[in-house]
This record gives sequence, C-alpha cells and structure tokens, in this order.
Amino acid sequence: MSRITHYFKSLLLIELFRGMALTIRYMFKPKYTVRYPMEHIPKSNRFRGLHALRRYANGEERCIACKLCEAVCPALAITIDSAPRASDGQRRTTRYDIDLFKCIFCGFCEESCPVDSIVETSIHEYHFEHRGENVVNKLQLLAIGDRFEKQIAADRTQDAAYR
Amino acid sequence: MADLLFHQLLIPVLYIVAIVLPLIIAVAMFVYWERKVIGWMHVRMGPNKIGPFGLLQAFADVVKLLIKEVILPTTANRFLYYLAPMLTLVPALAAWAVIPFSSKMVLSNANAGVLYLLAMTSLGVYGIILAGWASNSRYALLGAMRSAAQVISYELAMGLCLVCVLVLAGSLNLTDIVNAQAGHKGFLDWFWLPLLPVFVIYFISGVAETNRAPFDVAEGESEIVAGFHVEYSGSAFAIFFLAEYANMILVSFLSAVLFMGGWLSPFPSSWGFIGQGGFPWLLIKAFLFSFFFLWFRASFPRYRYDQIMRLGWKVFIPIAIVWVLVAGCLKYFGWVTIGTGV
Repeated sequence: MSRITHYFKSLLLIELFRGMALTIRYMFKPKYTVRYPMEHIPKSNRFRGLHALRRYANGEERCIACKLCEAVCPALAITIDSAPRASDGQRRTTRYDIDLFKCIFCGFCEESCPVDSIVETSIHEYHFEHRGENVVNKLQLLAIGDRFEKQIAADRTQDAAYR
Repeated sequence: MADLLFHQLLIPVLYIVAIVLPLIIAVAMFVYWERKVIGWMHVRMGPNKIGPFGLLQAFADVVKLLIKEVILPTTANRFLYYLAPMLTLVPALAAWAVIPFSSKMVLSNANAGVLYLLAMTSLGVYGIILAGWASNSRYALLGAMRSAAQVISYELAMGLCLVCVLVLAGSLNLTDIVNAQAGHKGFLDWFWLPLLPVFVIYFISGVAETNRAPFDVAEGESEIVAGFHVEYSGSAFAIFFLAEYANMILVSFLSAVLFMGGWLSPFPSSWGFIGQGGFPWLLIKAFLFSFFFLWFRASFPRYRYDQIMRLGWKVFIPIAIVWVLVAGCLKYFGWVTIGTGV
C-alpha cells in the first residue's frame, strides 16, 4: 500500500509543488540584505578596529612606554623605542609603530595597557594606497586618537561596568 | 525589379529585425529578471546597483563580455571552435520564424510549422556537441555528451506530446493550432485541459531540453565546472548564453501557443474588451511560463544523471504514448468539444 501511495505521490509531483510553494512564500519575505555602503549594521562598543593612542584631557599623551603591549602582542606587530623626554625627563616613546598587516586585532594591547593609552577604535573602513602605509607610526596613531576621542571615550564608559 | 527587391528582400529583413531585436533585449531583461527572482527566493535582493533597481545590469554584463578577449585553447580545432557558438545561436533564433504572435502577426505561416520547430530545436544540440569536442577539454567533452544524451532522450517525449496536440488540432500549422483552441468558454477550451499530463510532460521536457535546472547536469558546476562552454570566453560565451536564454523564451512561447491558446483571451469572448485575443495575452502567458523556469531553478536540486535518464525513458515516454491513444479516442469519439474551432 505504501508503495502505491508513494507511486502516486511522485507521479502527481506533490512534493515538488510543496517545494515550489515554499520558495514562492520566501520570494515575498522581507530581505536580509544590508545595502552596505548606504546601510550599516549596529556595531558593538567592544568592536576592535583600527588602533589609536589617547591623550589625557590636558593634552598630555597617556603612553608611558611601559612596553607591555609590545610584550603581549602575539603577532609581534608593535615596535616601541623609548627615551627620557628632553623637556622634563619623563619616560616617553620615541617610536610607536604598529604593522597593521601583522596585527590580528586581538585586543591584547588594549587590555594590557595600564593607562588606557593604546585602544582599538570601531573604525573598520580604511585602506592603503602605497607600500609601507600599513605601518602606522606614533604621530598617526595620536592623530586618530585626537580625531575620534569622543567616540572612543563613549565606548569605554559604556563598557566600564563590565570590565 | 526594384519593386521585387523591395518585397522579396527588404520587407522580410525588416520583419526579422522586428522579431530578433526585441528578442535579444528580452533575453537581456530575462537574465536580469532571473537574477532578481532567484535573489528574492533566496531572501536576497539581487542586482540593484546599476540603473534604477539594477535594470541596466544585464547591459553592463553584455558590454563586459563583448570587450573581453576570446581565448582559443592551443589544442582546439580553430574552425569548429568558432563555428559551434553560431551553430547554437542560429537555430535558436531561426525557430522564431514560425511563432504566431497573434492571428495576423507571424513571419512565416508555414504549413509544417511544428516540424520546422522540432528540426530547429534539435539542431541546437549540434552546436553543443561541437563546442564540447572542438575545445579539446575533458570537462567540455563530458558536458557535451551529457547534454546530447539528455536532449535526445527528452526530444522523444516532447515529440510525443506534440503528437497529442496535432491529433486534437488536426494541423501542423501553429496558427491553425491556436485557432483550433478558440471557443466560447475561454481558457476551458484550450488544449491544456484534455492534455493535462502531456502539458506537464511537455513543459518539463522543455526545461530538460534547454539544459536548465534541475536538469542542468550538462553544466553542473560542482562536477564539470561549466560543461560544454568551459573553454569559451568573451563574446563566444555570450553567444552560448544568448542561445540558451532565447531557447528558454522559445519554450515558454511554445507552451503558450500549443497548450494555452496562444494569443487567445482566457475569458469568454462575450466579455467585451478583455474577452478579445491579442499579442498581450501571449506575452503574459509566455512571461508566466518563463517565470516557472526561474522558479524551478530556485526550488529544486540538480537531478542525478541516471535519474534524468530514468525520468525521460521510463516515465515520460510511456505516459506520453498512452496519452496519444487517449487524445486519439477523444478526437475520434468526439468526447471533447474542443478542437473544432469557432
């Protein structure tokens, strides 16, 4: 008996029609597509994107050249040189390079930093046009930090309760 | 002399252009429509960047294909390699000569229109076989052989379906076939009702004949890359593409003409304006059938090769043969009121 019903089922294409009914229902569903450059999906405040070096409110750079980030970096992407600053003899970096091609955006540098200097911002839309631009130096990192300080600070305050 | 030249040459050429040019534009829009529909069924959006709603996408693709290099494989047979795309395209376009667009609009009102159509649609497979062989590539050859075997198997079932139509209509002329479906009951007069199984078989065979999903083993991407046209690039590939889509539209028009009353209105003729037949009706029907091609592609996984052969030989052909007898009885004993015309 089951063979006979199966025979008629396949002959009358019942399962095929059910499949087609499913696809036609899906045709009218709202689409999942995000039209990317025009639309964005919401981003977490913990998003780990392009790096930045922050400053205190009085304009003093936070980094004290402790080199913890350089030590913890699993990809060896960070290179730091340090020397006493000429004006007041404080320990400061003379060189702070991040190779963005080596970086795996793990966020360890940010976690290891005792003064919240090196951070990963939520910027992820950037590009390079020439060889060597993948290595960002201290000045560039500070500039990014200055430019996006408001966003960086807001993200950190939002996340502070969970750290 | 000039008069003769005008009537014998210029007018037919103008007619041909008037059919082929809209057809090529229809193919371009059909490619766009396919990507759109399949996108929607995948809960995506499909092309939406070029032009309003992505309408110019197909034209952008055409330009891209035309300015690309046609690469000739070193071991290929140069003459046949270049001949094959043309051999596929020419029958696909030539078949349109006998399609009646309305009661008066037909390029060639041939008496044996159906036979001509069968001949033309079968010729296309030579182009595919030649393309596969001339490329001198294993994938291409495998794809060509699969395609040839499949087209030949389904040609039989398709031919038997056409026999049923011919029995009921009593004519090989496509215009006469449509006229035979005219009646007072609108769409209930058409051949799809007494020939329902045959109609289904015809359309499925049409999908198989054009090597479309779910019968696209000839170009099964996961197994043989792209089948017979794997070595073709640029405009040569575009020609294969054009032929395939022109064939799909042709099968849609043929299903409408043979089983769905061609240009006839689905409503009774007493209903006034919408009861009158005309080209728009044929266009609507063909559009619906071509939508089925895309619907199938979005719904069904590809058939296994032996399943395709089993379906063609052990299911479709027996049913079609039985229905030839049924159609003969219907006609002989006059059990159906159709087939008499108005």
